[in-house]
Amino acid sequence: MNPETLSANLNRFRSLLALGLMVIALSFLSEQFLTAENGFNILRQISVNLCLSIGMTLVIVSGGIDLSVGAILGLAGAVAAGLLKNGLAIPPLGVALVFTTTGAILAGVLVGGAAGWANGFVITRFRLPPFVATLGMLSIARGLTMLWTGGFPVTGLGDSFGAVGTGTFLGVPMPVWIMVAMAALFVVVTRKSRFGRHLYAVGGNERAARLTGLRVNRIKIAVYTLAGALAGVAGLIVTSRLDSAQPNAGLGYELDSIAAVVIGGTSLSGGRGTVMGTVLGCLIIGVLNNGLFLLNVSPFWQQVIKGGVILLAVAIDKMNTKESDA
Amino acid sequence: MISEAKCILEAEEIVKTFPGVKALSGAGLSVYSGRLVALLGENGAGKSTLMNVLSGVFQPDSGTIRVDGECVQFANTREAQARGIGIVHQELNLIPYLSVAENVFLGNEPKSWSGLVDFRKMEAETAKVLERVDLRVDPSELVSNLRVGQQQLVEIAKALASEARVLILDEPTSSLSSHEVDTLFSVVRDLKADGVGLIYITHKFEELAPICDEVVVMRDGQRVGEGQLAQMSRDRIVQLMAGRESKELFQKADTVLGEEVLRAESVSLPAQGVGRPFLVNDVSLSLKKGEVLGLFGLVGAGRTELLECLFGAHAGVATGTVFIDGEEIQFRTPADAIAARMAFAPEDRKRDGLVLPMSVLENASLPTLDKSVRGGLVDVSKETEYIKPFIDRFRVKTPSMQQAVVNLSGGNQQKVILAKWLATEPRILLLDEPTRGIDVNAKREIYTFIDELAKAGLGLIVVSSELPEILALSDRVIVLCEGRKTAEFSREEATPERVLHAALPDEVAVID
Repeated sequence: MNPETLSANLNRFRSLLALGLMVIALSFLSEQFLTAENGFNILRQISVNLCLSIGMTLVIVSGGIDLSVGAILGLAGAVAAGLLKNGLAIPPLGVALVFTTTGAILAGVLVGGAAGWANGFVITRFRLPPFVATLGMLSIARGLTMLWTGGFPVTGLGDSFGAVGTGTFLGVPMPVWIMVAMAALFVVVTRKSRFGRHLYAVGGNERAARLTGLRVNRIKIAVYTLAGALAGVAGLIVTSRLDSAQPNAGLGYELDSIAAVVIGGTSLSGGRGTVMGTVLGCLIIGVLNNGLFLLNVSPFWQQVIKGGVILLAVAIDKMNTKESDA
Repeated sequence: MISEAKCILEAEEIVKTFPGVKALSGAGLSVYSGRLVALLGENGAGKSTLMNVLSGVFQPDSGTIRVDGECVQFANTREAQARGIGIVHQELNLIPYLSVAENVFLGNEPKSWSGLVDFRKMEAETAKVLERVDLRVDPSELVSNLRVGQQQLVEIAKALASEARVLILDEPTSSLSSHEVDTLFSVVRDLKADGVGLIYITHKFEELAPICDEVVVMRDGQRVGEGQLAQMSRDRIVQLMAGRESKELFQKADTVLGEEVLRAESVSLPAQGVGRPFLVNDVSLSLKKGEVLGLFGLVGAGRTELLECLFGAHAGVATGTVFIDGEEIQFRTPADAIAARMAFAPEDRKRDGLVLPMSVLENASLPTLDKSVRGGLVDVSKETEYIKPFIDRFRVKTPSMQQAVVNLSGGNQQKVILAKWLATEPRILLLDEPTRGIDVNAKREIYTFIDELAKAGLGLIVVSSELPEILALSDRVIVLCEGRKTAEFSREEATPERVLHAALPDEVAVID
């Protein structure tokens, strides 16, 4: 095995080790921790963050950042809920469309994808820094959500829509299935597909990728579109679980997802990182939140500790890359 | 040598090696109080490296530096400054949104009793040094409001403020108007009268007579000649710069030229910033199958930009027409050029050529990945099967195809790039400084590859600032100077002196 893959494996092993130690420690500290019910609890809790974080991984690997995923989550959930409950009236045509559950779900994902596409378009066409472009989208999506809902929650969405967030299949909650499916899909996309290869090339060296004939702009637009669509999926899970679209849903979620991606070892400078790493990052945050809750740690301290873990993870990562550079 | 003048700075037998390259092997020079020594040499001769050693940026592997007869070692630029050595780099290093005074005293700000910056004192001191360089601007003026020539003088003032006794000027006139050059020269004369010793790097011969006392010529990291300017003719200097016979480097095989594969007419690329209006100015060229066309010019002559124009990297900005097989074509992106079976190996491999974190295989297969994709997924065994022969053909030394390219030597990185492009089965190959930063053996290998590819019927354009390399490889040589084509020579006509004459500014290819 060559040194490069060895150190990469060692890094992944390190996060696994951290996760393992946390699990062992918590099982001693709390009786409720190591139960099947609590396990599903954790998985269900991280499902929303993981959907966002997979998209965020793609964006960060491509060399960008997406601050709008939380707001897009809110918008997609609100649109899906509104369409399901009230349909869509188009006065000039004199028609009112009625949406089935499937139709509303598709619309939610589409709205997320469209917002993401707009991010990618603005970034590539007007050469705006992703930080600025997606900061703008954060505000736009938040505002559109308020306009669409009038600032009030949309509630009473019916059982079939509720199944997305609260149903189970083979004893496993639906959000967990969705999360596993998305993770599996994007592990394959990033590791095996042509798109994945191009993604790492663009993030690793955009100039070289362009001079090698890659259509860099198209790849970037695709990346932000996928991140938006995944935020849409996350929005559906949140809305369905609460049986209500809250206008403020997803507030600040982009930061949790950036944290998960970074803890998972993805480099913020682009070109390096894996979806599996992000899965581990989400698990670490999830187990930490859950454990601190079970141990009755004050929510204020929880935030402090979570911040410390993020700094520690990135500091260790930096030390490693310095070693391998030398 | 000069009895009356005192030797301030003396460097001897300086050796400096970078991974894979010996940049300096026995370089040196002496600087005398009140005199100016001009440092001349081709690009890559080691002039800038030597200046970086003298100003403390690099530490030499061996050799001695003496200041006032005393041996010194500089661990950093601050220590060099403390011994009175100041440098004005070719690219200006001023902070645009600070005032002149703040720039002049950056890092050395005078403090008042309160611990805050004493602006009154700082501006008064600045006014004094500005007077020495004859620059009449308000010390509180923002640097961004000054013209380039004025900024240059601020740099010199900055060096003087730290009490420099030796001042290094690296091509200071490259972006100055002729009036500004006159001002600079009168400042230089004043400094000499004050006893400052100067090192002056330039490519412009006509600048020597007004200000220069001694000349040192460098080639291949060594001092190859020196003397009083009065006793050295221009021809003698050019001869020293050009140096050794080039044919020994490599024996080019006889090639049979085919029909024209590429023709470019009146290619121009406007500059989008300050400086001269065109980076490439009305250049035409033609290339035949099996031909190696050498493109020679000093740094900034527009060689790289010309290749980029041909490759479609400046679409929308560049003008001119390009024909492939006699048919006019428009490239909107490099992808279009690649589809027309053109390939471009850029000068800065790490910046433009390779995705460093990716493996040898992933880099080499990037433009040809479609050949091994089924249903959107990459078939790695098929990919390896297709790429492996190219990696083997160029004898890339790598432990495995999965090795990250960042871990390979410069020579092997260049071979990965060649393998990548040969896998696209190109008909036209553009090579920008194909042997920069590569050791001698790998260089020779790359020359052989270039020759083989030409024999196989490719048309190649090779850019190099190494004269012997261009002369050894090329069937024909085009010389660029400041964006213009100044000469074109057949292999037989191309002598080192002729080519170099055409490449030097303010010389309109007078061949005697």
